Amino acid sequence: MKYELVIGLETHVELSTDSKLFCSCGGHSSPKEPNDCVCPACCGMPGMLPVTNKHAIELAVKAGFMLNCKINQYTTFDKKSYYYPDLPASYQTTQWFNPICVDGSVEIGERTIGIKQIHLEEDAGKLVHDDATNTSFVDYNRTSVPLIEIVSRPDFRSSDEVIAYLKKLKSSLQFAGISECEEGAMRCDVNISVRPEGSEEFGVRAEIKNMSSLSEIKDAIEFEKVRHVDALERHTEILQQETRRWDDVKRRTFPMRNKETAADYRYFPDPNLMPIVIDDEWLEAIRASMPATAEEQSLRYTEMGIPEKEAMVLASDRKLSDTFDAVVALGRAPKSVASWILTECMGNMKRLELDELKIDSAKLSRIIELVDTNEITRPAGKKVLSAVFESDVDVDKYCEENGLNVKVDEGFILTTVQRVVAENPDAVANYKSGKTKAMQALFGLIMRELKGTGDPVVIRDLLQKELDK
Amino acid sequence: MGYYINEIKSTGNIAVDDTILIKGTPATAGSKMLENFNPLFSADVVERLEKSGYEISGKTNVGEFGLDLMGETSYFGATEVDGKLAGAAATLVKNGDIKAALNVDLNGAPRRAAAVAGVDFIKPTYGTVSRYGVIAAACSGEQIGVTAKDAESVKEILSVIAGHDSKDGTSLPAEKYDYEDVAVSRMKVAIVKELYDLASDEVKANIDKYSESLKALGVTVESVSLDCVKEAQTAWQILMSAETTNNLSRFDGVKYGYRTADYKNIDELYVKSRTEAFCFLTKATIIYGSDVLAKGKYESCYDKSLRIRRVVATKVKEIFASYDAILAPACANAEYKAYDIIDSFEKVFEESVFTAVPSITGSPAMVTKGVQLIADTYKDNVLLSIAKSVEGLEA
Repeated sequence: MKYELVIGLETHVELSTDSKLFCSCGGHSSPKEPNDCVCPACCGMPGMLPVTNKHAIELAVKAGFMLNCKINQYTTFDKKSYYYPDLPASYQTTQWFNPICVDGSVEIGERTIGIKQIHLEEDAGKLVHDDATNTSFVDYNRTSVPLIEIVSRPDFRSSDEVIAYLKKLKSSLQFAGISECEEGAMRCDVNISVRPEGSEEFGVRAEIKNMSSLSEIKDAIEFEKVRHVDALERHTEILQQETRRWDDVKRRTFPMRNKETAADYRYFPDPNLMPIVIDDEWLEAIRASMPATAEEQSLRYTEMGIPEKEAMVLASDRKLSDTFDAVVALGRAPKSVASWILTECMGNMKRLELDELKIDSAKLSRIIELVDTNEITRPAGKKVLSAVFESDVDVDKYCEENGLNVKVDEGFILTTVQRVVAENPDAVANYKSGKTKAMQALFGLIMRELKGTGDPVVIRDLLQKELDK
Repeated sequence: MGYYINEIKSTGNIAVDDTILIKGTPATAGSKMLENFNPLFSADVVERLEKSGYEISGKTNVGEFGLDLMGETSYFGATEVDGKLAGAAATLVKNGDIKAALNVDLNGAPRRAAAVAGVDFIKPTYGTVSRYGVIAAACSGEQIGVTAKDAESVKEILSVIAGHDSKDGTSLPAEKYDYEDVAVSRMKVAIVKELYDLASDEVKANIDKYSESLKALGVTVESVSLDCVKEAQTAWQILMSAETTNNLSRFDGVKYGYRTADYKNIDELYVKSRTEAFCFLTKATIIYGSDVLAKGKYESCYDKSLRIRRVVATKVKEIFASYDAILAPACANAEYKAYDIIDSFEKVFEESVFTAVPSITGSPAMVTKGVQLIADTYKDNVLLSIAKSVEGLEA
């Protein structure tokens, strides 16, 4: 019998807010040392009351717009109770009864994945275990950092669809400035079952908790598929509804708890948080603050004189378009910037196997400026750029230390060419007798004299003219 | 037990319950769980008092988390006067040791204590006094109120502590409240028959006496029916227990407060710490509160109680359409003796029938001369005016 996979995802994403969900402690990017970024509120001390971060509400609504959701203009917060040391109040504030966004969809290729809901909630802290002393430590920096949980419908039929969806989600959320989606800031619970192809009923479901690496998610799904099909075909085990975890060392999932021992979270509305009413005016203001879509962005770039194909590549990636906009804003010519990003920067990304463009736009701008004003040559510019990618060097300092910032004067190049030609009559004679290799030798000598600062194309051109005289 | 768990300044003239935080002074909420808990900030009400020049005398004894009749479940021992139960703050006020006290009214304890002591206490309209800095149990109904020897003093202190606080999401927008005196003659007051009938003869006689005083002032007093007092009592019991269970779950022995000496794993740390540090009444409330929130019971318990809250509010509003205030007992008896704590859960539930309606609706309630007056939300000034007028009759 042929079986098909049925998968639904619950994806947790940290929001890019400056402060936590219910207090004024710094948000996602602040903490440095453990428990640096905590206050009596996010530590669960008695006497504190929560005050909702408006920006988090707006980002959740933006996520709803990105994923074609209906926005619930009346939304509430609820308490979810369970005991764990990383949860200081022993309850998590989440949205159980009236989530902020519902009924959306995401297109991946030909397929449409339904979005059941998006709700806001606070993150938990982090436990650190020290096996040597058999001690556990708790770090509350992450406690109460705002998250959205994006709950899909069980619409996935393969691990490839899951990966494509997560990649799309990540780029959309980054594009709209909703989340940085940094390492570990996007976590998934994967609900998975199998059923005979063509069947309408769902099979027995397993939930694999807290996955963040795409390759692990793919491997876990493939492992579960085999396990479920084996259980159905060869009766290797009796499937039961349970929670499992992926062990990346043993390359398999293990059961955590089953339905009978499942926790009862005792949800109820938080009496300290008044219902949030998003009136039409606020909703429209949030809609107006949505970034331009990739299409709009691309059109804007072609109007700046960027060829359509290049404009589309730039517009399709938030980091590329952000960098482009920033460097152009610093006064560089759009065409020049597009070429540097799409050729040189992407070349470096490929060489260093980087997923996304990470470069200080001021540095990129300075390199382009130096090249465009002939302060340094384009090859020299490429050399600095590589150094910036590798070790984030200071552009001007690097040029000076490596002798790149010689003012490239065409007159100086010409005199050097003429001098080298005059000093090597034998090579010139060889060239004239048809030994073209002799020109290469002369070119090498000139380059050495110029310490690699001249534009090779210009030099070759001048040398040719000189020899042809 | 003395009156204070922590005495701060003998020259101070305002005491606060030990459930209200003062930065740097231990706050126990009457529990072994928080015996050594030192808060990092002060309650909004404390800051307002200090800014207005009042000095805090100390932290008064309270029953564990304020759940009991009037303080008898305190880990530090019940406060007793002449072999009878008494509220610590109410007794200090009665004895003239302090001008006033701030108390958290969660399930009627300060109202009962004031009634027994014969002093005044107001539980103001929900949301008019910030709850920031209260060791919370039942957030949807608990409220800081003022105990003082007369209505004039209650009003003075209430005017200082009431007003909007951005740190409390349920705080109402008005910056301050004037509690303007209103003429009492020609007012109409309703005695709730269902509550009157539940009181002891002594308490009934006291209500009758108060009613005579009101009539002497030109007030019309009539008996009315409020056919949902039992429903209000049960619904408040459910909401209060559920919220308390949730709020007290933060006391787990991990971060602060009591931690058991011996434990093998995290579950044992939780169970032993909480078993050893909570009193019987707290444990019973937690068990009850967990049960009403359990999967499969939420709709028929918690959610139903929220709906009952709206029904009770509507029915009370109907009374206030024709009457300025309700007159009712604050508790069943004129005095209480120490009792076996095993009976505390039932005993407090029984007594809460008198206090539940204002707790669940957020209406202001005032205890004066041993009786309870209830008004519509924001009509705290009506209660203060009535109490002041009756107190004036004797002078």
